[in-house]
Amino acid sequence: MPDSGISILFEGRNLIRLAQGLWVTAYIAFVSVALSTLLGVLVGLAMSSRFTALRAVMRLYLDAIRIVPVLVLLFLAYFGLGKVFHVNLNAELASILVFTLWGAAEMGDIVRGAVTSLPRHQRESGLSIGLTEGQVYRYVIIPQAVRRLLPGAINLATRMIKTTSLVMLIGVVEVLKVGQQIIEYASLISNPTASFWVYAFILFLYFAICYPISRYAAYLEQKWQS
Amino acid sequence: MHFDLAFIQNYAPLYAEAAGLALKLAFWGILFSTIVGFVCSLIRYYRVPFLSPVTGAYIELSRNTPLLVQLFFLYFGLPKMGIHLDAEICAVIGLTFLGGSYMAEAFRGGLEAVSKIQIESGLSIGLSTPQLVRYVILPQAFAVAVPALGANVIFLIKETSIFSVMALEDPMFVAKDLIGLYYDTGEALLMLVVTYLIMLLPLSILLTYLEKKVRHAGFGH
Repeated sequence: MPDSGISILFEGRNLIRLAQGLWVTAYIAFVSVALSTLLGVLVGLAMSSRFTALRAVMRLYLDAIRIVPVLVLLFLAYFGLGKVFHVNLNAELASILVFTLWGAAEMGDIVRGAVTSLPRHQRESGLSIGLTEGQVYRYVIIPQAVRRLLPGAINLATRMIKTTSLVMLIGVVEVLKVGQQIIEYASLISNPTASFWVYAFILFLYFAICYPISRYAAYLEQKWQS
Repeated sequence: MHFDLAFIQNYAPLYAEAAGLALKLAFWGILFSTIVGFVCSLIRYYRVPFLSPVTGAYIELSRNTPLLVQLFFLYFGLPKMGIHLDAEICAVIGLTFLGGSYMAEAFRGGLEAVSKIQIESGLSIGLSTPQLVRYVILPQAFAVAVPALGANVIFLIKETSIFSVMALEDPMFVAKDLIGLYYDTGEALLMLVVTYLIMLLPLSILLTYLEKKVRHAGFGH
């Protein structure tokens, strides 16, 4: 019955193990988001550059990443690199590599959107009142661009956090995998409803992390719109 | 790097069949997502008492949790509470649960883009609320929502790639199987990528075209 099954979460070291799993998830997400943000700014600037060839290459990169599911990219990095190019990455590194490549492309598109949406007269007005090129960037372009891209960038971060759940499928022992292990053991020792409670709890964990972040993005969007 | 052509010839039909299954599940999931999303967005737009906060909670829950965990809960968790679902039905329910909120947000964007003047003008010429929705609001909202709806369609088809965790024989499942059986990893992965390209590339091109088309529809702006 449902009343007894939930105790599985508090038995033994289960909560601590889930927390450790969550830490692996958070670590992969954090490193990938940080790297994606840095690279994404560069990609975004390249995407909005004057050089047609550079823009075309970046466009191809974005489209190529977008057209295949992230899980396929994970398989390519984990199984493909080893077999075809003899580069063996462990599952965690493969995950970070894929999320960074994917995140940088998406982040780049967000940066491009923010930079190209700024009217040209902003830069020209700045120059005409005697600001140097550097000052125009520091005081005019960057503050406005950041406001335009931050909500989207934060939403991208929650997407990346949610997508980290896929890394268990190439063998990373993160929160979902730990949950599975707990369930397997619990069903041996007569706790048949364990999977209901463990998966409900993991759903709650993801929600507890992503909900505040996406609320914050919505708040920023509303605040800066006016 | 050397590819085994005979291997590719042998197993290409498996991928084709798997792609068929993925597209079938995606079709139903996207159809129901669109219906759920459409209804939810109207409930939110008209702030229907009681239903509106419930819909809001659903949208937040669905958007802030991963599909993989939602599926695990549906497929492995619910049966323990006496609710048994077939894998394919689970897949469609899961995709609809996820997609419904994304579609709702796309429709919401469209609805919010309809200017107040349009609605007031409609009312002032004596349209009833259903008429207003049918002839003024929806056509404009839909045109604005098309790019977001299209992006969701592609997103949801890509999300079907995790259905193999429920032992559904989609392209991921076939690839994993072949890698495990024969260790012809390069060929198996190449066919996997090609399969998804065939599934998604025509759609992506069609959407780019459609987006350009509807951009001409700038009602009342």
